[in-house]
Order: sequence, then C-alpha cells, then structure tokens
Amino acid sequence: MPPKKSAKPNVSAEELLGHYREMLLIRRFEEKAGQLYGMGLIGGFCHLYIGQEAVVVGLEAAAEEGDKRVTSYRDHGHMLACGMDPKGIMAELTGREGGFSKGKGGSMHMFSKEKHFYGGHGIVAAQVPLGAGLAFADKYKGNGRVTFAYFGDGAANQGQVYETYNMAELWDLPVVFVIENNQYAMGTSVQRSTKSPSLWERGAAYGIPGEEVDGMDVLKVKEAGERAVAHCRTGKGPYILEVKTYRYRGHSMSDPAKYRTREEVQKMRDERDPIEQVRDMLLTGKHASEDDLKAIDKDIKAIVNEAAEFSKESPEPALDELWTDIYAEEAV
Amino acid sequence: MAIELLMPALSPTMEEGTLAKWMVKEGDEVKSGDIIAEIETDKATMEFEAVDEGIMGKIVVAEGTEGVKVNAVIAILVEDGEDVPEASASTSTAAAAPAAAETKAPAQAAAPAPVASDSAPDWEDGTELKPTTVREALRDAMAEEMRRDEDVFLMGEEVAEYQGAYKISQGLLDEFGAKRIIDTPITEHGFAGIGVGAAFGGLKPIVEFMTFNFAMQAIDHIINSAAKTLYMSGGQMGAPMVFRGPNGAAARVGAQHSQDYAAWYMQIPGLKVVMPYSAADAKGLMKTAIRDPNPVIFLENEILYGKSFDVPVMDDFTIPFGKAKIERAGDDVTIVSFGIGMTYALEAAEKLAEDGINAEVINLRTLRPMDMPTVLASVQKTNRCVTVEEGWPQGSVGSWIASEIMQKAFDYLDAPVITCTGKDVPMPYAANLEKHALVTTDEVVEAVKQVTYR
Repeated sequence: MPPKKSAKPNVSAEELLGHYREMLLIRRFEEKAGQLYGMGLIGGFCHLYIGQEAVVVGLEAAAEEGDKRVTSYRDHGHMLACGMDPKGIMAELTGREGGFSKGKGGSMHMFSKEKHFYGGHGIVAAQVPLGAGLAFADKYKGNGRVTFAYFGDGAANQGQVYETYNMAELWDLPVVFVIENNQYAMGTSVQRSTKSPSLWERGAAYGIPGEEVDGMDVLKVKEAGERAVAHCRTGKGPYILEVKTYRYRGHSMSDPAKYRTREEVQKMRDERDPIEQVRDMLLTGKHASEDDLKAIDKDIKAIVNEAAEFSKESPEPALDELWTDIYAEEAV
Repeated sequence: MAIELLMPALSPTMEEGTLAKWMVKEGDEVKSGDIIAEIETDKATMEFEAVDEGIMGKIVVAEGTEGVKVNAVIAILVEDGEDVPEASASTSTAAAAPAAAETKAPAQAAAPAPVASDSAPDWEDGTELKPTTVREALRDAMAEEMRRDEDVFLMGEEVAEYQGAYKISQGLLDEFGAKRIIDTPITEHGFAGIGVGAAFGGLKPIVEFMTFNFAMQAIDHIINSAAKTLYMSGGQMGAPMVFRGPNGAAARVGAQHSQDYAAWYMQIPGLKVVMPYSAADAKGLMKTAIRDPNPVIFLENEILYGKSFDVPVMDDFTIPFGKAKIERAGDDVTIVSFGIGMTYALEAAEKLAEDGINAEVINLRTLRPMDMPTVLASVQKTNRCVTVEEGWPQGSVGSWIASEIMQKAFDYLDAPVITCTGKDVPMPYAANLEKHALVTTDEVVEAVKQVTYR
C-alpha cells in the first residue's frame, strides 16, 4: 500500500495555478467542442472529457520529457495536457487541413510524434497492448522512458487488457496502466458490469502493484502518478492506477444519459469538481486573487476562441489527400 | 453582447428536431453548464446545456415546436441590462465549411503501385545457386536482416527455446539471444498489439503466428492498429513490421487449422501482402518485407517449408514487392497463381504440354501490391486466363484478378476467366474429403481445356 500522505500537500502556488490553468483549458475547450458539434461543424462521434480533467493534468505533472502516452477515443484532454496545440486539435475535430491528422483522423484518431502522443484509438482497450508495446520499445532501447496507457472502466473488462498485464509483468515493461474509472461504460454502470469490487486489484493476479486514486483531486493524482512512474522507471515493471473520476456529459454527444439521475451529476459538480477544488485552494490559501483567476479565465477563453476560429477557417483537406498516407515510402 | 443560441445537432445524423421543453424562462440568469432546454432528436430526448453565461433575453422558438432545423436561432442570451436586439436571421450560416477547390476526387488505386512490369530476372546468369528449403530460406533471411538492423526482433509462440513450432527460427536464439528472439505466452491478441505498439515506438518487429488461423484472434490489431494508423495520423506514424506464419491447409488438421487468408488480407489498404512459393521467393521477399516501412502480411505454407529450391548465393539477395515472376513462358493460356497454388499450376502446365497446350504460368508472389501489368500483358498475348488458389471461391483472389482482366483487357479475351479455388466448405478431416476440398491439378487442366475450347 502507498504511504499515507499528509493532509496539506506540499505544492507551490505556481504549480497550483498551472494545474488550474490546464484543467480550465480542457474544460473550456470541451465546452466549445460541444458547441461546435451542435452547430454541425464537428461530425460523427465526439466524446467529451468534462469532469475528468484532474486525471490527465495530475499525471502529466508526474511525467518527464520523452515519456509516452496512448489512450482511447475520449482523447481531447490527454492531447491538451501533453501540450498539443489546441488549434490543431480543434481543426482535426472539424475535419480540416490544419488538424493534427490533416482532417483524416477526426476526434477519435489523433497523434503527435513530437509530443509522444500515440493516439487516439477507437477500438475499446486496443490502446492497452499498444501502450505496453511502446514500453517494450523503450525497454529494448534502454532509454528510461515510461508509457502511460489510459483506458476506462469499460475497457477494463476486455480480455486483451489481461493478456497485456501478463506480458507486461513477465517482461517488466515500464508502463503505467491508468484506469480512468468514470463509473459508466457508455450507459452501463460498473456495478452492472462486474462483481469484482475494485479494478486495480485485478493486477494482483499477475503480480502488478497498484492503487486507487481520487481522480477529482489533481494533487492526489499527481502524487500517485509519481509513485507509479518511480516504480516503472526503476525497472520494477508495470503499475496500475485506478483513478476514480466522473464524466459530466454523456458518453458521446448523442447520449441522452438516462442511465443516471440529473441529481447524481449535479451533486458531483457541486461537491467534487476538480477545477473548483483547486480554485478554492488558491483563494483560501491566498495564492491568487479573484482578479488573478479572472485573468486566467479570460486568457483561456481567448485561446479556445482562437482554436475555434482556426478550426472554422482552416480549409477542408485537398481531395488529393484521399490518396496519401496509405503507404510509407520510407521510415516515418 | 447578445449571443444567439442555435438549435444544436445532437447526434451524427440529426438535421432537425423538436424543441420539447424550455427549462428557463425569459429574464432568468443562465450559467455555463445549466440545462436550458430539452430537445428531441431523431433518436432520443436530449438535454441542452448552456455554454455561455448571461440572461435569457428572448425565447425565439416556443416549446413544442417540431421540425426546428439545426442551427436555427432558438433563443437570445443578453448581458445584464442589455436590450434584446431585433432577431435577425432565423438560420445561421456558421456551419458552412469553406468550399473545397475541387469537386471530384482524383482517381487513383489505393493499392501501392506495382513496379512497372519488369521482366528482369531475380539474379544474373552465372550466379552460384544453392539448394535450400523454404524453411532455411526464411530463417536465413531473418538472420541476415537481424544482423543488419538492431531494431529487428522476432516474437511469437515457441520461437526461441523450442526453436520454432515449425523450426523456422532454428538457431536464432543462439545467435541473437533472448532480448531479440522472444517467446510469448499463448496470447495472440495481446502480443500482436504489443508488437504494433513496439513498431509505433520505433522498432521493427517480426510477429510470428504459429499459424495464421490463430491470427484471427489478433486481426483487430493487424487491421485497425497496424494498417490504418499511418492514414489516421496524417502520415506521422505507422507500423513497420512483419506478421508471418504458415497459412492455409496443411494436412489432416481439420476446419479450424486449414484456412487460406490471402483474400482477406489482400483487401486491406495499408497492408502489403506476400505469399511466396519457392525458397528464393521466401528469402528475397522476407528481406524486403523486414525493410519495408509498412505492415507486411507474410503468408507461408507448411507443406512448402520442406521443399527445396535453388537460392542464389549473394551477399544481399532481395526481391521487390509487386513483381510477379513468369515461371514458365507460353502462348496458349495464362495460368495465374501464388504460394502453394503454384504446385498445381505448374503440374497442370506439364500435363497440358503433353496435350500440346503451351501454358504461361505466372507466380504473383505479392498480392498487394499485385503485378497486374504482367498478368495483363500475358493475357493480351494468350487471350485466356485461369487462376489457381486453395482459398474459398466467393471473394477469392481469382475473383479480383478476373474482374481486373474484364475491366482492363476485355477485348483481348477469347473465353471467360475461370477461377480454380478450394471448395466452398469448411475443411473436412477425412483424407479423401480433404483432397476433394482443395483445388486439384485435374481441375486446373480441365479449366484450361475449357478456356482453350479443347
């Protein structure tokens, strides 16, 4: 079990402000994406990350340059948190030339070699062995890097997760398996999916240590992330973090979310919101004034509006793009 | 500043909907995240949340209104103390995308372009030749490439300590060690995914399936993860790797161990598909496959593993993809095959020669890219074509070849193309039934006689 942490986290004002800013960027970006979807500018499936912001922001704070990450189709937050340009993400959502995949991937399929973001995968749990494979490559090269493989509570019931656990521990792969347990696999609650009470404990069957983490508290996520990364980086093999989180919006834009009550969502928003928690900490600790936070809000709004404008102005991909990137002529 | 609230699209297919209920009234304060209305889409009743903050200035579309178009103004949000502006347009043009310059996509085959019909021999006359089995050729090719490139490694069931279930990797563990020759647990879906991830991460994996029948457990990673990522990432990353193993019927192993997957994989843009016949094919193409920056499906055959062929003794013998080999020249009919199908094709050609029918036999070697120029040139000469494969008839490799010939050389045909395939049944176990389930040399001879009207 992880050591008990003191109630007062040892964190600087600067760091807290950074977390606030990054979480707010995800929140506002996703709200804007929802709006653009409503206007018909974004098509198909669009899975918003609202409510889960502390997970990626906390874990990115535990990562080092060169560490890798891979996730599912609910990927906008991961991309923003690892520093990918909001303009390129939004323009991919609108299917434009300026998007990270030149408009050919969409919301669920985005990548950035530069930021070590390996997707954006649309098949539930496929990213788990892919993440272990990235870690395999790093171990093979001996470069000391760690991979974060994110998946949801829904994916946690896929067989390939356990095939991967088995090999990851067998080969001591430096991979952090992050179960983002937002409690609903589309419309099916965890209680209706499994009788096993905790998902991270399933790792014990393969000898993989792990822990449950309060995913609404960015500082707790960061601390747990640091333990996980230290374990992986010192060659002890994989580590599992089951991060308890919550998504406020439906599974995708077309989900009426009738499988839970409005009160349940509202209670979470009112009492556990990850951004409000940090905001309170900043204000009560006198690390920032209301005006300071207003200035950040304004700044974030400008970034998101700029991304939205870019995503509308960037042209659709040239029709020639239909035929490119099917085969590589040389190593990419 | 007043903000127009537009009827939102709330599903991928919604064009209009019913404004079922307003949850706020004019004059109410609205915060971002508040549910302000219920909207019925083509699929469900959805809650509509506010994104912006303000006062509900005017409800433009009353609740209960049906057929409200997506992007029509349904309400106006104002700041405290601000007047409601005159409701301007009832629809917004915000969603109109900048028009693309062209209206018609340029036509181009998705398959990688084959090397233009190139009849140069695989090696120069006078090159020293060494009888080699297909099994040894595959092993030699992998060993040569592993010596050449540290990033190449082999993983699969029983590839290391057992020396390969079919002894293809014999001796490789001794030379390259356990870091590069890796035994996996029996977990095809998982290790295929790890292999693809390792390729994303910069390595060049060779993933062995004990047989391709078991790769069905892993086909999601082969197709969705390996084949499509280069495209989905706009060319940023892909999977330079080889999936290899025996494919098709062996002998008496029944329905679940005897399927030919050539036609399945050949259909996938993003994959390259190789099906060698001879040991020289196996060696030259395997080396090319390992060097290729794309995912390559390498379909071997258990019955061919022990067959011996001449292989050139050269420092670096490779065969390019997309280059068929004319194994036997002839004028009367073109027989097109690949892999173990070549044994029937060549046997049939021998028999036909006794009857005075001179068949040209083409060994495709790679199915994607496919060397159609060589096939078409031959058909233009012979005016007749028969294809031969062990796989099933519906959606077969031969069906595609026949279709291509019909579309590109129709006027040259003097007879319909006949596709000789395995029978449309799961593989039976009984020896006599199994023999009948596969394509036979006699069927090829018969097909050629039909197209030559003999």
